[in-house]
Amino acid sequence: MQTKRFWLAGMMATVLLATVPGTGRGITIPDTVTLHSQSKLYEPFVFPHAKHILIVKECSNCHHHTTGTLVQDPNCIRCHRNSSETAVVSCKGCHLPDAFTATAIKEKNKKIYHRDMPSLKAAMHQSCIDCHNKMKQGPVGCQDCHVYTKEGAAFYNSGEFAPKKKPAKGSHGGH
Amino acid sequence: MKRRDFLKGCLISGAAASLGVPSKSLAVGSFEGYPDAMGILVDTTRCVGCRSCEAACNKEQKLPEPDVPFDDLSVFEEKRRTTEKAYTVVNRYEAGDGKDPQFRKMQCNHCNEPGCLTSCFVNAYTKTREGAVIYDSKICVGCRTCMVACPFNIPAYSYSSAFNPVVKKCIFCYHTRLKYGKPPACVEICPREVLTFGLRSDLIKIAHERIRETPDRYIDHLYGEKELGGTSWMYLAAVPPEKIGLDETVGNEPIISNVKEFLGMVPMVLTIWPALFTGFHLLATRNKDHGADHHTHSEQEDGKK
Ligand code: SF4
Ligand code: SF4
Repeated sequence: MQTKRFWLAGMMATVLLATVPGTGRGITIPDTVTLHSQSKLYEPFVFPHAKHILIVKECSNCHHHTTGTLVQDPNCIRCHRNSSETAVVSCKGCHLPDAFTATAIKEKNKKIYHRDMPSLKAAMHQSCIDCHNKMKQGPVGCQDCHVYTKEGAAFYNSGEFAPKKKPAKGSHGGH
Repeated sequence: MKRRDFLKGCLISGAAASLGVPSKSLAVGSFEGYPDAMGILVDTTRCVGCRSCEAACNKEQKLPEPDVPFDDLSVFEEKRRTTEKAYTVVNRYEAGDGKDPQFRKMQCNHCNEPGCLTSCFVNAYTKTREGAVIYDSKICVGCRTCMVACPFNIPAYSYSSAFNPVVKKCIFCYHTRLKYGKPPACVEICPREVLTFGLRSDLIKIAHERIRETPDRYIDHLYGEKELGGTSWMYLAAVPPEKIGLDETVGNEPIISNVKEFLGMVPMVLTIWPALFTGFHLLATRNKDHGADHHTHSEQEDGKK
């Protein structure tokens, strides 16, 4: 996942970003985050981070307590009411790419808090889709964000790999 | 003899070994499953019906080409059931009360005390210590008893070979994944972690914790924790189970209690059944050479009410 930084977001973004915690300490806030750069099934996908900063404004909506701004989730508040900014803010800093390896499961078992932390992929899809649904804006369908690679289309039997024979109308079972 | 030993008896030395068991002891107490058994927590409140799990299952289990692409969402217009070509299907349920529609993935629930296993005359089934309910298609005679015994209507049959119809169902990806400590293919692909893989005992704690932390999100019930003596796959939901097609009338007694009389027939059946069945089958297939296709079709029709 590579992060880029360029100041094209214009005056508005600059002003807003200046008020974002961390910038004062020289922490880079990426304008875009490229996701899926390793994926076999989908083309890489560029997440417009700067655009979300403008729209969402409240960092903790996505970053929980890590940015040091007020947390809203009542379950987080129990411990993190006065938490300051953490060293790691990015999603992948905490959410594991694979949450179900034997070690991850054992580790999870030992924890008292944060033991039910979703994987990186799940954290993103839960955040993105739930918020887009709630705000009634932004993409919610799979292919609104993700473009199949050839392998992806084959995996989903889609596009050029769509089943040839059309089933009789209204029949999905059968043969 | 404890139930657990009873179950072991079934697994190791065949159902006949268990015959001396007083039937009372079968119906009381509870077998919580093997201590290190794995399970899946299905959080239906997270499911968006993307059908990726269906695609992953199809590829992992090398199932035949589907009728329509896995990104075709028109399948939700009807309620589907599992078939010999699809070990898992996602259905959409209208929740009513102005609530968003709910989606639920269905597949074998890998019961702690599987009705399919206890009803099988030839012992084709095994409950592994990892929690999977698997079967040996070389042993299966295709008698369909397990299909009747399963409270969730899961096992399907493949008639691709007319002489050897065999049971087909979700096996928890046992041979390719679970055995090696890896989660099933559907779990790995699910973008929303609807499916959480872990020790069954941990999942029960996690599920109740989710309910406690976000009580508005869930009804206070973990389906499969107690139902039918417990299942490896358990469900959290925003609506009562029956709203998403989970039968609430199954009770907490395992199927084994209902089939115990049945088991009395086993020794006799064990000795004569295979021969008998081969005979039956030869007869049946000989007469049905042309009808075979049609037969398969009507099976499917039966399932989708
Ligand atoms: S859900 Fe049905 S097929 Fe699966 S283990 Fe239980 S009884 Fe057997
Ligand atoms: S992959 Fe996950 S979100 Fe998609 S349909 Fe299956 S369970 Fe639901």
